[in-house]
Amino acid sequence: MELTRRDAVAALAALGGAGSATYGYSRLRDDGPDSTPPSDDHVRETMSATAEIVYPSELSGIAAFVEEFVDARLAEDDDHAAGIREAVTILDEHSQTWYDQSFADLSADTRETALEGLGADVADEDPDGSTAERVRYYVVNELLLALYSSPTGGTLVGIENPQGHPGGIQSYQRGPNGLE
Amino acid sequence: MDRTPVPDADVCVVGAGPAGGLVADQLAGDYDVVVLDAGPRFDFEDRPERQERAIRPFYGRPDIWEMGGPRDDHTASGEWSYPLNHARVKGIGGSTLHWQGMVMRLHEDDFNSGSTRGVGPDWPIDYEDLRPYYPDAERELGVAGASDNPYGPPREQPYPMPAFPPSYSDSLFAEACEELGIDMHSVPNARNSESYDGRSQCVGYGTCQPVCPSGAKYDATVHIDSAEQQGATVIDRAPVQYLEHGPDQIEAAVYATPDGETHTQSAEVFVLACGGVETPRLLLLSASETYPDGLANTSGAVGRYFMDHLFAGTGGVLDGETRQNHVGFYTSSSQQFYDEANEEFAPLKLEFFNYDGPSPVEMALSGEDWGDDLLERLREGYGNHLGIGALVEQRPQEASYIGLAEDQTDDHGNPVPDVHWTVDDRALRTIERANEIQTEILSELGAEITWQVGPEETGPAYHHMGTTRMGTDPTDSVVDSTGRTHDLQNCWIASSSVFPTGGAVNPTLTIAALALRTADHIDRALGETSTR
Ligand SMILES: Cc1cc2nc3c(=O)[nH]c(=O)nc-3n(C[C@H](O)[C@H](O)[C@H](O)COP(=O)(O)OP(=O)(O)OC[C@H]3O[C@@H](n4cnc5c(N)ncnc54)[C@H](O)[C@@H]3O)c2cc1C
Ligand code: SF4
Repeated sequence: MELTRRDAVAALAALGGAGSATYGYSRLRDDGPDSTPPSDDHVRETMSATAEIVYPSELSGIAAFVEEFVDARLAEDDDHAAGIREAVTILDEHSQTWYDQSFADLSADTRETALEGLGADVADEDPDGSTAERVRYYVVNELLLALYSSPTGGTLVGIENPQGHPGGIQSYQRGPNGLE
Repeated sequence: MDRTPVPDADVCVVGAGPAGGLVADQLAGDYDVVVLDAGPRFDFEDRPERQERAIRPFYGRPDIWEMGGPRDDHTASGEWSYPLNHARVKGIGGSTLHWQGMVMRLHEDDFNSGSTRGVGPDWPIDYEDLRPYYPDAERELGVAGASDNPYGPPREQPYPMPAFPPSYSDSLFAEACEELGIDMHSVPNARNSESYDGRSQCVGYGTCQPVCPSGAKYDATVHIDSAEQQGATVIDRAPVQYLEHGPDQIEAAVYATPDGETHTQSAEVFVLACGGVETPRLLLLSASETYPDGLANTSGAVGRYFMDHLFAGTGGVLDGETRQNHVGFYTSSSQQFYDEANEEFAPLKLEFFNYDGPSPVEMALSGEDWGDDLLERLREGYGNHLGIGALVEQRPQEASYIGLAEDQTDDHGNPVPDVHWTVDDRALRTIERANEIQTEILSELGAEITWQVGPEETGPAYHHMGTTRMGTDPTDSVVDSTGRTHDLQNCWIASSSVFPTGGAVNPTLTIAALALRTADHIDRALGETSTR
């Protein structure tokens, strides 16, 4: 199934630019990495490289979808955007330590191992938590939220109007045969 | 923002939920009205972000509208625990920011539960007294419905909007119910089936409870906005600490503001609309030499007879798709068993869910897998769930009450509310009865039952009733049939706290109808004072 920029726009319409501009939990920890924040290009690349791991293999068009989504989330320039950047730095520091390369440059298999090595697969999301919990919140779940609240992501599972998507009031009335 | 008192106010409304909002809106055209609310004014633009929180597993339900912390602490000294901060929101709009928006009228017998069912007192008013106010309430809230409920109370006027059509899963239930002789019908929703009153049609976000980003679901910001447009002053983050009073009158509401100041708002008339927990608490906090057991509490009934509706539910899985979680509200109900109520069994109503089982996006964020494995888990987990809920009335009991905690105070040093909740056997028996009906329907469908909420697991539906009950006798009730306290001539209460018994329908349409009626009485009372 093909993901498109339109799907990203749909996901954004529901979720808004980002997390918490005006109120919130995601006060950034002051023990985070102190290197300069990564560029938007690099964040985009890293998020796409992660999406290739956490999205199902039958999807195509991932890069354009992620780019659209991530750009809008970063453009808010708020705590949430800063949290994404910080989580990307955490990923890079981890992969530099273990593999001498930034995360986006690793092979797909190694990327998956790196994410697991960090504990992002078993961690619960937490914007103020451990490195694993932050990567889970700002990178892994950020991407899964974008996908599975979009019509294309939902349709993979059998729900073309998933929670978080304003897909109108027809779909709940349709039976399984009305799906096509 | 200026949070100082309004000089020469006619009416001071405490609480900006639907009850306070409607009273303020009704009176704002003719009187100087000030509304004080304990919570903040939330930005409409933030709703998508609140929705994200509703979906993300990190956030609990109370987090969505920022409930919790020292401001909102509470205790539960009774046998039953009570998750109070899941059950209310503080802020402009009140708990309707979080609510689901299902709105039905009480049945005729609900007003005469004592004489027709042998349970609790009769209300001092009848369905006929409220009948003219129900259509107004439906218009104010914006209700989508159809007159197809053969078990409902009489009504003449159509709903302001057409009902939401039944869901696909309703059509599955309908086959089974027809086989079993159970009648299904539409259910009134305070939610726009078409655009209404300047607000959008429902667009199917599916997160109605706890947040509707489109504004298609009614919430009381509608009436607060309207009151403000007519000149009312609305002060947020202004929790009233106590009510200054003489023997027959409230003189002022003393409220705190975020800058640490305390202010005194005087007015001709006070309307307490803080919900069924904070309204009795405020009266108890306002005890004095004249009213040693709490203001307006000569009867001893303030805080007593706390009731909620009990939830009963059964669900299962089918061999086939059921198309759940597209929207966050239900479209079919059955009130067939409602008026079979008597001393042994309570009224009950059935709700056919459109949102049983997991929502894929929520599942996706809380597993230990991703990629193809995750997709496989989502496909296995989503698609064939089906569930039926029910609400059941509980009997008013003196031993079920809202009190003041003995050893815990809030951020202003006031004792926190103690929810001492107990539930009677008739309610528990009726939950079993509801479970039987639910099981019968699901079995007829060939579903495999996978969950049940019965008498052991039941919990509250977050409808706080009974704690300042209405009655004719000042020795056993707090307010009279107009909503005015027996003890104080300028103190009115707008809330489900005045319900002497609860019925089995969600309370807010009746709260709204009573608020409109009370506003009429206040208007009359103010008219009399000014011409005197
Ligand atoms: C999850 C959920 C789902 C619900 N679903 C439904 C439904 O489907 N149908 C239905 O009919 N009902 C439903 N309800 C119940 C419904 O929300 C309430 O019945 C309704 O909001 C009560 O209106 P109210 O104005 O009396 O009180 P509230 O809406 O609770 O408002 C009270 C206001 O008073 C303020 N306040 C409290 N104390 C003070 C003080 N000391 N000083 C100043 N202000 C104060 C609070 O900040 C609050 O804003 C639901 C409730 C919840 C929590
Ligand atoms: S389904 Fe309708 S009412 Fe519910 S959140 Fe969405 S738009 Fe609002």
